[in-house]
Amino acid sequence: MYIIDRRLNPGGKSLANRQRFLRRAKAQIQRAVRQTAGDRDITDLERGGEVSIPADGVREPSFRRSGEGGVHDHILPGNKRFVEGDTIERPPGGGGGGSAGGDSGEGEDDFRFVLTRDEFLDLFLDDLELPDLAKRRVATVETQGMRRAGYTVTGSPVNLALLRSMRNALSRRIAMRRPKSEDLLRLQEEIDRLEALEGPSDRLAVLRAELEQLQLRTRRFPYIDPIDLRYRRFEPVSKPVAQAVMFCLMDVSGSMTEHMKDLAKRFYMLLYIFLTRRYKHVEIVFIRHTHEAKEVDEETFFNSPETGGTVVSSALREMQRIVEERYSPDAWNIYAAQASDGDNSPNDGATSAALLRDVILPVCQYYAYLEVGSDSDRMQTGFINHKTSLWQTYESLLEEGANLAMRKVNHRREIYPVFRELFRRRDAEAGARVP
Amino acid sequence: MSVTLDDNLLFHGADWDFGTIQRIHDAVETIGVGELGLDVYPNQIEVITAEQMLDAYASIGMPLFYKHWSFGKRFALHESSYRQGLMGLAYEIVINSNPCISYIMEENSATMQTLVIAHAAFGHNHFFKNNYLFKEWTDADGILDYLEFAKGYITRCEERYGHAAVERVLDAAHALMSHGVHRYPRKKRPDLRSEERRERERHLHQEQTFNDLWRTVPTKGAAAKPPLSEERRRALLELPQENILYFLEKSAPRLQPWQREILRIVRQIAQYFYPQRQTKVMNEGCATYCHYRIMTRLHETGQLSDGSFLEFLQSHTNVTRQPEFDDPHYGGINPYALGFGMMQDIERICAQPTAEDRDWFPDIAGSGDAMAVLRDVWANYRDESFISQFLSPHLIRQWRMFHLVDDPDQPELMIEAIHDERGYRRLRRSLSRHYDVGWSDPDIQVVDVDLAGDRRLILHHHVLNRTLLHKDDAQRVLQMVANLWGYAVVLKEVEPATGAIFQEHVAHPHETLF
Repeated sequence: MYIIDRRLNPGGKSLANRQRFLRRAKAQIQRAVRQTAGDRDITDLERGGEVSIPADGVREPSFRRSGEGGVHDHILPGNKRFVEGDTIERPPGGGGGGSAGGDSGEGEDDFRFVLTRDEFLDLFLDDLELPDLAKRRVATVETQGMRRAGYTVTGSPVNLALLRSMRNALSRRIAMRRPKSEDLLRLQEEIDRLEALEGPSDRLAVLRAELEQLQLRTRRFPYIDPIDLRYRRFEPVSKPVAQAVMFCLMDVSGSMTEHMKDLAKRFYMLLYIFLTRRYKHVEIVFIRHTHEAKEVDEETFFNSPETGGTVVSSALREMQRIVEERYSPDAWNIYAAQASDGDNSPNDGATSAALLRDVILPVCQYYAYLEVGSDSDRMQTGFINHKTSLWQTYESLLEEGANLAMRKVNHRREIYPVFRELFRRRDAEAGARVP
Repeated sequence: MSVTLDDNLLFHGADWDFGTIQRIHDAVETIGVGELGLDVYPNQIEVITAEQMLDAYASIGMPLFYKHWSFGKRFALHESSYRQGLMGLAYEIVINSNPCISYIMEENSATMQTLVIAHAAFGHNHFFKNNYLFKEWTDADGILDYLEFAKGYITRCEERYGHAAVERVLDAAHALMSHGVHRYPRKKRPDLRSEERRERERHLHQEQTFNDLWRTVPTKGAAAKPPLSEERRRALLELPQENILYFLEKSAPRLQPWQREILRIVRQIAQYFYPQRQTKVMNEGCATYCHYRIMTRLHETGQLSDGSFLEFLQSHTNVTRQPEFDDPHYGGINPYALGFGMMQDIERICAQPTAEDRDWFPDIAGSGDAMAVLRDVWANYRDESFISQFLSPHLIRQWRMFHLVDDPDQPELMIEAIHDERGYRRLRRSLSRHYDVGWSDPDIQVVDVDLAGDRRLILHHHVLNRTLLHKDDAQRVLQMVANLWGYAVVLKEVEPATGAIFQEHVAHPHETLF
């Protein structure tokens, strides 16, 4: 008898099967995930969890008898009062005597199972892709680096490949039959011995001639020759930038209600999750502004109240300063999302537009403007096409063809669809314009 | 700590280590092989975790298996119900291989490990090694190697032809798995060597009896070859054929060789599991009876403490519980309960037969050696024949069985038979038929193929008790058959007595799929 301890074997033997299953039911699972994501709080989004999909898509059919129709008989234990020939009223719902439909196979219900957090998020974010990312990848998502690539015959002395050079020298010396130093030494000793022993002789002359011959050959074929030298070669490669910074800009003037801030927060969170999936390293910068802007921490950003007017350009300027100081566009993917109720001081519009167009947008991968409204606004926007001053400013930029996405959101449940729409994979960029 | 000196308990408390497992195995072996006369494959006991048990569940309990999404689905299903606490895990899984592999869970207490070893490593093991169905249909020595081959082959196919193409073939093969087994041993095909020998002998015979004179006898001139008769044509295709997978593997005109090999792999595995479906009651009955005898004996000889024995009895009674038909927990007849009940009943008949037993079982009643009788039963019967032979009136009365018939043409349900003198034989016959897979699986056969015409494949379902196939599923499976066959397929649901056709399903292949 053998006892084998399998407990330490690597787990996850079913992983490949599970992946095949997820791939098989991908369309249905994705629909289910979308639905689940709509139902639950965005803060829970990172948690994974149970989804249910219609059993139909993953059914395994087989030839089997249907449950209904035909004669069925049952052998049952526990008879109490029946005798042969008794008849029993058919129980409602068909079937017989408590074992109804015993052979009807698997149910037609939904198929419920648990997705891990990673699977859930992967599916959730799967069909989202940043706009123009493909176009910009060559220009900004990548940076240059050097990589070793073989050897070359020219180069600077620091790049000398010593081992390779010496190997070449050795093989050349062998090929050219360069005399070894031991041979020379031995010959010299022999000559010295003969000289000491006796006078000149034929033998001595022969040896001397031989030694001279060999010394000549040694000089002709140097120990190491320029043609032996090899240098390490490097070639430039482009490396993807694996880090991103996310700027959260928000108007915190008195007109922003708690509700509006909550909407903005949720949008930022979603954006954050999205970025953490795409990049190894993500940093967040919070900039809040009234008539002047300040970089703050998250707690202050969302919670501490502030009063004052509204000058959007102050936030843009602050962002410009921070980018110049800390986040070089060569090394960072820059994303910005601005949330505001749409107020701006009347004489700031042109300044903001110019700043955005000339400074901010060119360094950003993506700039989203989210206009948050109160719950009651919904009715209003239906029939009066009310446009806020900031909206008008940005709309004019859009018409110039700026790479900018803007949306208006009034309720929490609209955030997810808006987010999806903003980040949807698209062929034409027309989609972003319609509010 | 007070340890008595004459203490020969196998273990104290619930904890165990590998030394304990070894001691338990040896003690169980002494009783199982020595006293009960069990004949087993060498044992290999593997300790696994709950997660690994779930893994094993997903691949039908086999330690290695090829990859397919349906196993992932099963895993997801089990995992979510296990996590929610809806489902407990089995204490063990045992594999019909040589050496016989038993998986035991690390969470089990020492008592449970004893029970599991007695149950799986000796009960099931003996049954696998000795039952005629397993001997006929399974190759315990080769199964693990075969699975290894199958896994590798399918992986290579996936690399070569893509996941999607392999998955389509596997899906179709899985759908036909229940109709991919040979139900009767087939004639052995002669191998090349004996074929050559026969050919040589014939040739020799012709040479010896050669007479040139026959060449000069005038003949009528080569008559046009008569067309193959219907019968002959069908015989060449081995029709009618109930093993649909086998037929497709051998005869489908448009399959690639690798596709045929995949059908063959699925078919072989279905065949390997075929005996298990037919011996559920006997297999579990055998294992349960063995563990009960062994555990009782261990307790009698003082190797098992009273506390452990009570723990064992508690889980034993849970396993062999049979709720009555009007109990909300009733879910059909429990194979453990029926099997164990019948084995104990046979033991009773051998030891203390009543007059009734002597009438019903003259061969075994009062024979005294219950184990010999049981070993013979375990070797030579399957559920259907076992029940129709050995279900005794005593047990029928004890279970208070009755037979209920649900005929849709009648306004009410009918009690056909109960546990009385008139009912015993009829009850026994009906119950045994429930365990006949030939009766419970729909009988579907490939009857003909129109090779001269449009190559349409014709399948018949011989309808039993006017129960038709599940329509949706039948259509789906038929579609897969059509894809494999490459031409149209028609399935007719036929009443075998009258030849009347209830329903006809037709499927045309998706040209692009294969």
